[in-house]
Amino acid sequence: MSGYISEGSEWTFELLQRYDEEIARVAESYGLDTYPNQIEVITSEQMIDAYSSVGMPVGYHHWSFGKQFMATQQNYQRGQMGLAYEIVINSNPCIAYLMEENTLPMQALVIAHASYGHNSFFKGNYLFRSWTDAEGILDYLVFARNYVAECEERHGVEAVEEILDSCHALMSHGVDRYKRPARLSMAKEQARQKEREDYLQSQVNALWRTLPTRPEKESAERLERFPPEPQENLLYFIEKNAPRLAPWQREIVRIVRKIAQYFYPQRQTQVMNEGWATFWHYTLLHALYEQGKVNDGFMLEFLQSHSNVIYQPPFHHRAYGGINPYALGFAMYRDLRRVCEAPDEEDRRWFPDIAGSDWLKTLDYAMRNYKDESFVAQFLSPRLMREIRLFSVLDDDEQDKLEISAIHDESGFRQVRQLLADQYNLGQREPNIQVWNVDIYGDRTLTLRHFMHNRRPLGDSTEEMLKHVARLWGYGVRLESVDENGRVAHTASCQIKPA
Amino acid sequence: MNHLIDRRLSGKNKSAVNRQRFLRRFKAQIRRAAADAVSGRKVSDLERGEKISIPAKDLNEPQFHHGSGGRRNVVHPGNKDFVTGDQVDRPPSGSGQGSSASQDGEGMDEFVFELSREEFMNFFFEDLALPDLVKKQLSATPEIKRVRAGFVSEGNPANLNVVRSMKTALGRRLAMSAGPREALREAEESLAELTARGEADSEAATLLREEIAALRTRIAAVPFIDAYDLRYTNRIDQAQPSTRAVMFCLMDVSGSMDEERKNIAKRFFMLLYLFLTRNYERIDVVFIRHHTVAMEVSEDEFFHSRESGGTVVSSALELMLDVIRERYPSGSWNIYAAQASDGDNWHDDSPRCRELLQGAILPLVQYYAYVEIKAEQPQSLWQEYEQIADPGFAMRRILDLPDIYPVFRDLFKKKAAA
Repeated sequence: MSGYISEGSEWTFELLQRYDEEIARVAESYGLDTYPNQIEVITSEQMIDAYSSVGMPVGYHHWSFGKQFMATQQNYQRGQMGLAYEIVINSNPCIAYLMEENTLPMQALVIAHASYGHNSFFKGNYLFRSWTDAEGILDYLVFARNYVAECEERHGVEAVEEILDSCHALMSHGVDRYKRPARLSMAKEQARQKEREDYLQSQVNALWRTLPTRPEKESAERLERFPPEPQENLLYFIEKNAPRLAPWQREIVRIVRKIAQYFYPQRQTQVMNEGWATFWHYTLLHALYEQGKVNDGFMLEFLQSHSNVIYQPPFHHRAYGGINPYALGFAMYRDLRRVCEAPDEEDRRWFPDIAGSDWLKTLDYAMRNYKDESFVAQFLSPRLMREIRLFSVLDDDEQDKLEISAIHDESGFRQVRQLLADQYNLGQREPNIQVWNVDIYGDRTLTLRHFMHNRRPLGDSTEEMLKHVARLWGYGVRLESVDENGRVAHTASCQIKPA
Repeated sequence: MNHLIDRRLSGKNKSAVNRQRFLRRFKAQIRRAAADAVSGRKVSDLERGEKISIPAKDLNEPQFHHGSGGRRNVVHPGNKDFVTGDQVDRPPSGSGQGSSASQDGEGMDEFVFELSREEFMNFFFEDLALPDLVKKQLSATPEIKRVRAGFVSEGNPANLNVVRSMKTALGRRLAMSAGPREALREAEESLAELTARGEADSEAATLLREEIAALRTRIAAVPFIDAYDLRYTNRIDQAQPSTRAVMFCLMDVSGSMDEERKNIAKRFFMLLYLFLTRNYERIDVVFIRHHTVAMEVSEDEFFHSRESGGTVVSSALELMLDVIRERYPSGSWNIYAAQASDGDNWHDDSPRCRELLQGAILPLVQYYAYVEIKAEQPQSLWQEYEQIADPGFAMRRILDLPDIYPVFRDLFKKKAAA
């Protein structure tokens, strides 16, 4: 009798159950701390559905999801694209979808990857712990969908769609990058929502009241700016201060903002999160193999998928589209384990604290306390940089040619590492745009400021974007691009006729 | 506690609403693309879905993002032989290391997706301003009607035909008991004879009585109803439109018919074809184009080749008559004809056209529709045709697409009433 869990590649629910139990056993022996798992088997059509709602199990209706759905469906049917093997939702219990078309080794890979890798990351990483509420998210999404549907009934699909369009456009500028949000849950949300509507409206009314104030007081007030400090969260500012939004519109702004905030940690931890899940499916399945639970055929199939996932084409390759977060993350965790288990002289010099330490503790610490930017800055080793042959290119529009600014050599390690870390800094990747001023005594124009970094201008969507901001704000909007010396280099504006 | 759940059977069309939202929002673009697709199709090839592509820039979702320019450092993997300080030419955009700014929205220029048959037909109908009832009737798939087709000896209990089964049983009982009943009658007669002769107690009489008793038992033993008496009502599928029709498309291709007019004419022909598919199982389409002489041509030539010169409409009518005589005897074919023209005709020819129509053609055809496309003033042909009063004849001047439908209204009413 062999001790293999299975021999063939057809899956059954009993076999999935057994794999899950075995993987859970191994995961526990490594000390992975996870939410309970809810593994759901779905068809490819359902996978396309899940895909097109950015992985949210319930979502409000919007044409952009339909567009995404049609594109995915079209590509999938014409065979131009395979579907992702899994989708996993940061909730408690942690929901992972398995596609019925996959073979048994694939299902086992996905269970290890999603239900133990991603799951433990969601539970452990500080960003997810402080920004997202795994308990409340499903309830909140249900609340959001019902609220939007109700608004559509009351105010018409078109009116709601307009607001949603504008909010979606501003989604990436609708997050608090530093402040922590309060926890959300459906019961509280619903109870507070009505209260908030009334209160907000009264606040806004007070801000824009048109009764004349006493002259001496007015002149004192005029010196004060509004907002007193620049604000980075455009959607939050609009939700609280836009003078002409109806209460239900404010609530929709808030819903989009909350969802953007919920997904923000995922965007900040792509390399870490995918790398972590990949590292663990690799480690867990290898452990099963060593214990004689799976056979060679299983491992071959698994390794084939695994190496597809972590393939990194070099920069001159046709398929090159930037650094593959799975590949980089996986390589970094592996390298980190190596530094702990078998450090050489260079590692001791670069990582005196962790060289030779317990690798499980070190990896767990890294997973819990970093995001992509700091993770790369802290843990990318010279050896790994040499292995994947990282180099940086300086593209300056004032020079005719590109310049190779640093490569994987002794003098370049620090610079390459810093540049790569910066590349994962969302604050640098996205234009830094803040609410600068509102002309509260004049025509109520909203002024945004774009703080240029390295002279990089805004793209060609800016005009379109200002229309969206103006739609939400209800009055004219101006955008000033400010260069590093504080001079206004470029302005754009969108006027709106007062109704 | 881990849970494993089978969700495969729970709803899959979650995105249907979002898809509809998308179609509604980009209606204008999709309609334009659908109209182009119609122009590229055959008259008889309207009823299928269509791959639609609309410019991706019309439906992008803007975000604030960086444009090109400024100064930036990008890290790449897979260095081959660069060393620090190397100067490299800028690669052409879209390839190699310069293209890493993928958030600038490079990608497909066209957004491509499939419209289902119904969706496509809706866009087609929308242009033509069809009443809803008609749209519904046209877009419904031809229905299959179940008709009675006698009785069969096998079937399911629900279709059991009691009367028929009892009749068969009766027949069988009669047939099976015919011999014994004959013998019984004879035996009874003999017994009566014996009794009359006073020999009722004789041995022969006793034998006869025994025989009679045996025969009676035998007749009584014939089963009242048996498995093979059962008859079931039989029903078979029958495609509802079950006759055949031929449709003649006549078009003037003289120099004055430009692309736009031809396009209107094409939609006119398509619509007629659609109407016919609802009523007939098999439809032949004959294309006849004419300037001074008429010719039977393929569909492609019909719509795309261009001739110049004068116009003699009667040549087309004569050719049509020839084709009817040769290939489509009106006894076994329903004949429909649609003529499209800008109304120009050689002046002396128009009276002859009227005579041909009234005298020879109209008696043969079910319906004859004439459209005059984008003519400023009623032309000579129109004035001649106006004198024709025949329920199977309809004519109309078309200035724009919505004018097409009324041409069919009469035809449609007639069909509905029949």
